[in-house]
Amino acid sequence: MVAHLVRLRFLILWNGLRRSTWQFVASILGALYGLGLLLLVVVGLVGLSFVPIDLARTLIVIGGSATVLGWVLLPLVATGIDQTVEPSRLGIFPIPLNTLLVALTVSGVLGIAGIVTSIAALATALAWWQYPLAALAAIVCAAIGVLTCVVGSRAVIALSTRIGTGRRFREAKTLIILVPLILLGPLIVGLTEAIERLDDFLPDLALILGFTPVGAIWAVPADIAAGNLGRAGIEFLIAIATLAVLFALWRPALRHALENPTASAPTKAGKDSLGAFARFPATPTGAVAARTLIYWMRDPRYAQSLITVPLIPVLLFFYSSTTDSPALLNATGPIVALLLALSIYADISYDNTAFALHLQTGVRGTADRLGRVIALAIFAVPLTVALTVGTVWFSNTWSALAGLLGISFGLLLSGFAVSSVISGRFALAVPLPGESPFKSRPGGNMTLMLTSFATWGILTLLVLPETILAVIGFITGDAIWGWASLLVGLALGAGLLVVGVRWGGAILDRRGPDLLAQLQAQK
Amino acid sequence: MVDAHRPALEIQGLTKRFGEKVAVNELQLVVPTGSFYGLVGPNGAGKTTTLSMATGLMRPDSGEIRIHGVNVWESLVEAKRLVGVLSDGVRLFDRLTGAQLVTYAGLLSGMTRDVVAERTADLLALLDLDTAGGTLVVDYSAGMTKKIALACALVHAPSLLVLDEPFESVDPVSSANIRDILDGFVRSGGTVIVSSHAMDLVQRMCDHVAIIAQGRVLAAGTTEEVRAGSTLEDRFVDLVGGRRHGEGPAWLRTSSDSAS
Repeated sequence: MVAHLVRLRFLILWNGLRRSTWQFVASILGALYGLGLLLLVVVGLVGLSFVPIDLARTLIVIGGSATVLGWVLLPLVATGIDQTVEPSRLGIFPIPLNTLLVALTVSGVLGIAGIVTSIAALATALAWWQYPLAALAAIVCAAIGVLTCVVGSRAVIALSTRIGTGRRFREAKTLIILVPLILLGPLIVGLTEAIERLDDFLPDLALILGFTPVGAIWAVPADIAAGNLGRAGIEFLIAIATLAVLFALWRPALRHALENPTASAPTKAGKDSLGAFARFPATPTGAVAARTLIYWMRDPRYAQSLITVPLIPVLLFFYSSTTDSPALLNATGPIVALLLALSIYADISYDNTAFALHLQTGVRGTADRLGRVIALAIFAVPLTVALTVGTVWFSNTWSALAGLLGISFGLLLSGFAVSSVISGRFALAVPLPGESPFKSRPGGNMTLMLTSFATWGILTLLVLPETILAVIGFITGDAIWGWASLLVGLALGAGLLVVGVRWGGAILDRRGPDLLAQLQAQK
Repeated sequence: MVDAHRPALEIQGLTKRFGEKVAVNELQLVVPTGSFYGLVGPNGAGKTTTLSMATGLMRPDSGEIRIHGVNVWESLVEAKRLVGVLSDGVRLFDRLTGAQLVTYAGLLSGMTRDVVAERTADLLALLDLDTAGGTLVVDYSAGMTKKIALACALVHAPSLLVLDEPFESVDPVSSANIRDILDGFVRSGGTVIVSSHAMDLVQRMCDHVAIIAQGRVLAAGTTEEVRAGSTLEDRFVDLVGGRRHGEGPAWLRTSSDSAS
């Protein structure tokens, strides 16, 4: 039975690869990259055998702790990493609970992440080759450490299905992870500064981690090598106890997950109110705008673009203060304009086959295009203007305002135009409705990337006139250039928008059914 | 506004290929105005493909389709005004509430706000969805989702209703209610085309029926003609073939005690 489930796992992996040549190629590249990294880790560990024991201990304990933490925390934010052996899918088979526990553990160890972790963990023995006893202990500890990773991550998966299975919870979870990811740069810089200030911060950290569940097992060989057998013993006990506790937590949680398949409670969206539909004009264009605006609030795939907006000024403020160039902050307006304007370039792909309703009702292509742009413009325009004026006020560079507004409006309006054409023409491989916004579709990354590059390239060309005018203004300090840029940005952008909406609408009228067929092939 | 002497739907020489596979092969079908027309066929027979092409959702390779005399692929918008569609296997804008979704469909069809509001309320009540009008469609059950999709198909008062698998996963009470609505629709001069696997249902409900297999019509006419004294199910199995006789392998019988 255990062998069965493990084989099932590899079979699913292999069949997934066979589905698309591009995905296969990408996987091989990914595997080579991973192997390269792994090789570096192994070489690094061998290198550690030539440095003082204390330094080797510090690095191995911190690295090991980070690995355990990664295993345990990742499943919390990224759902469906390993669906092959998801308890809910195995619930229908008559498999005894204990067999399932063993099978899930083994298949976890033999997964790609499991194999990589195992090799790296075993390689820690190489760091201690000058101390045979410690090296031997490292092999045993590696096994326990890998088990801790796998069991810990499984336990967290099983436990988390208990805490929140609702749609809302799932969606909120995927979005929350974005914030630290975007702020990663400042966080790392901040952390390194903190570490530099505290010279002996890392050894202290390693010492503390050695007595915690995540780091204990990795500290054992080091302490054996250093001759601290007593401390090694305590650390080993902590590690064993950790593994036992994790198992004890996992077993009932898995049983619970098997007996209570996930189900989500329905959400009431206000008292039968029509929301935005009541406030927009009762025309097809107004209806599309109302629908799109509701989706901006309710669909995490849209909300994802919104969440990044407030983080842009934070990021730029950080970089402008560390590099001591206040003008960097002024880029906020144009960058937000760019992101927002291009956020709808896969709009119909986001609709997926729900777009059939637009075809069935015979709504005109221009109405469809215009409605989507209006919904976005309602908050994108005020937001962009507010951020541009706000940053100029903050950096006290009022002379740049007109030029910055010129670029921002140019990007917004021309971006709407480009998005209207692209989303009416191409079915892009985006996450399906209801899927995590971060899920990438098999084989679709290549086309998606090419399309985004093309989109950005075209948009860059289209906003060249107002950008050049504004830049001349920034350099010469002559106000007239800035005003010229604003004028050109507004006029050229508006002209392009009309062309984009008409063109995109015409494409949609002509190719609607073909687009639907492409979307249908994706689902 | 609709000429009762012209067929509600007229399909001639309709063909659609997906790569090597011929999904619909020179299909001919005439659906008289005012009929309750059943379309039956095995899985993969081309029913959904045919209906998608007939309603302007999929471009045919060749052939001509007319709805009340309007050539569908030459006057798409005009044809679409005449048809209400419930597609099988198509998503809905499910982040809207039920009431919002029906309103959306109505507004897209170009109706005024008051008419849309009135009809939405009527349809939700008619389909026992009035308590669920404020719930997001994504949280609906399969049967409720079918019903809200039906409401979207009905809201612009079409003269031809094309329903792909309308009774799938709908509970018996709602199913009976939907049948009443459709009967009323036909009595008032409208035309209904349903595709279904449920032979009993089609035999009881439809006055006309066509049996489709491998992209062609094997038999078509009034239900009495097609079933020719037998039941529709038996006629279907005769025409389509593929029925297996026997009781299945021995180990599947619970009386057998070879419990290995």
